[in-house]
Amino acid sequence: MTETPLFRYTLRLADNALVLGHRLSEWVGRAPVLEEDLALGNLGLDLIGQARAFYVYAGEIEGRGRDEDALAYLRDAGEYCNVLLVEQPNGDFAATMMRQLFYSAFAHPFFEALQKSRDATLAAIAAKAVKEMAYHVRHSAEWVIRLGDGTDESHRRAQQAADDLWTYTGELFEADAVERALIEAGIAPDTAALRASFDNAINDVFDEATLQRPGSGFMQSGGRDGRHSEHLGFILTELQFLQRVYPGAKW
Amino acid sequence: MYTQALNIKDMAAAAEDSAFDARFQSRVDAEEKIEPNDWMPDAYRRTLVRQIAQHAHSEIVGMLPEGNWITRAPSLKRKAALLAKVQDEGGHGAYLYAAAETLGVSREDLVEQLLDGKQKYSSIFNYPTLSWADIGIIGWLVDGAAIMNQIPLCRCSYGPYARAMIRICKEESFHQRQGYEIMVTLCRDGTPEQKAMAQDALNRWWWPVLMMFGPSDKDSQHTDKSMRWKIKRFTNDDLRQKFIDATVPQGQYLGLTFPDPAMKHNDRTGHWEHGEIDWSEFKRVVAGDGPCNRQRMKQRRDANENGAWVREAALAFAQKRRARAEAAARIAAE
Ligand SMILES: [Fe+2]
Ligand SMILES: [Fe+2]
Repeated sequence: MTETPLFRYTLRLADNALVLGHRLSEWVGRAPVLEEDLALGNLGLDLIGQARAFYVYAGEIEGRGRDEDALAYLRDAGEYCNVLLVEQPNGDFAATMMRQLFYSAFAHPFFEALQKSRDATLAAIAAKAVKEMAYHVRHSAEWVIRLGDGTDESHRRAQQAADDLWTYTGELFEADAVERALIEAGIAPDTAALRASFDNAINDVFDEATLQRPGSGFMQSGGRDGRHSEHLGFILTELQFLQRVYPGAKW
Repeated sequence: MYTQALNIKDMAAAAEDSAFDARFQSRVDAEEKIEPNDWMPDAYRRTLVRQIAQHAHSEIVGMLPEGNWITRAPSLKRKAALLAKVQDEGGHGAYLYAAAETLGVSREDLVEQLLDGKQKYSSIFNYPTLSWADIGIIGWLVDGAAIMNQIPLCRCSYGPYARAMIRICKEESFHQRQGYEIMVTLCRDGTPEQKAMAQDALNRWWWPVLMMFGPSDKDSQHTDKSMRWKIKRFTNDDLRQKFIDATVPQGQYLGLTFPDPAMKHNDRTGHWEHGEIDWSEFKRVVAGDGPCNRQRMKQRRDANENGAWVREAALAFAQKRRARAEAAARIAAE
């Protein structure tokens, strides 16, 4: 069965949001201060909410009766099509905040543009998500600045996180055949046009944080076509365990 | 306490204290709220600090057993609801620490006392969450028992505590309904395996939940004074009985069996009678030998230690920023 570009595209958006939301939810009870336990939970909830909306829509587009849970819980890693950035482990607090900054500095202008999509459902989901992502940028940027311009140790950790994660930022801006078809149809924004906005946001934050922006270097990709890092399998093992052990049960 | 160091003034101070004390008690008797800047007996303050801190710690440690299941929740709807619930509990901890701070202690100090084992948290959180049904049970019974304990605290004589409890109780009753709804799904609409999961969870949690109300009235140390100060309004046994009476019909609707062969309805009193609670287990868990005491405290300590560099960075950054603002203001003034 051939899937439509719109289905594939919507699924990518859903998978990005779910996998990153899942990662953030792993922090609960482990954050450096109580306020951050609450904040990381909020960020996670925003993303899980976005994922649900995109999965429901993907299921409708596909028209085979798969609901949000069938899509989230019953696909294997090779069928997941999130970008590699979001599945990277939480690492220390600096790595989590850097990952959040990189993702949201992309996602915020992305959803801003997707609000103007000719697809009314995607536009409506984007209109809600754009406000959420503006907060994610603000929150993660504040922390990256604090850590970068805090102590020697926090500076070193923040720089390390930037150096380790930068290689996953290129994939955010790749457009393949799936995406180009939708760009032409006025459904998907052209991510190449978002690059400047992302660069400006990152440059501003890094300047204030006294961090070195990593050089261009080699960019890892493949997640959107189902070629993932080793980490995703473990996420799905945990996420899907009950649905897999008790097939067909309702919870 | 300050009078102890000034021996000569002891008598005068004691007389003054007793006048204040009488006035304080008459305000409490008149159901007036005591506010942070009002005079209050030292023992009242100490009792409140101990109780509010213990309550705040329980919210924070209580995030852990349920937090366990966020990454394994069986549907996206359940995952979002559980994440939001665990966050609510963290929020309760934050309000309660703030209420305790109005009594002249700091959150950092209280947290340190928790991590050093000098202050307690509810013994219930030292039990493990072994299946998804435990998430239903915690909402239904643990939040349910917490509500029974906490609704009277909304009328507590100490204003900041009473106001925090009003906000908290609203959320706890939402948690309780949400937990019961998980149980309904497992027990009424579920597969035989799901029903068995629910029964197993009830078997493990029922007695520890009854222990949440604290020792039987005949063994409780704090009740008398707390009642006179209107910090407490019902005895442990009264609250436990109210909880059992409310809960048994709910369990029957689910088709579950309570793990208490002595449980029976007394038609004359209208109450459900229960078997003997194993208080040696309660004492053991409170003393530190529950199934998860060490694990829970280790997770709190690890979070605290692993986050130390982040807190130091935030502090260093704030100081730098202040110094820069002051330098800029000086230059502007010259
Ligand atoms: Fe709570
Ligand atoms: Fe609760």
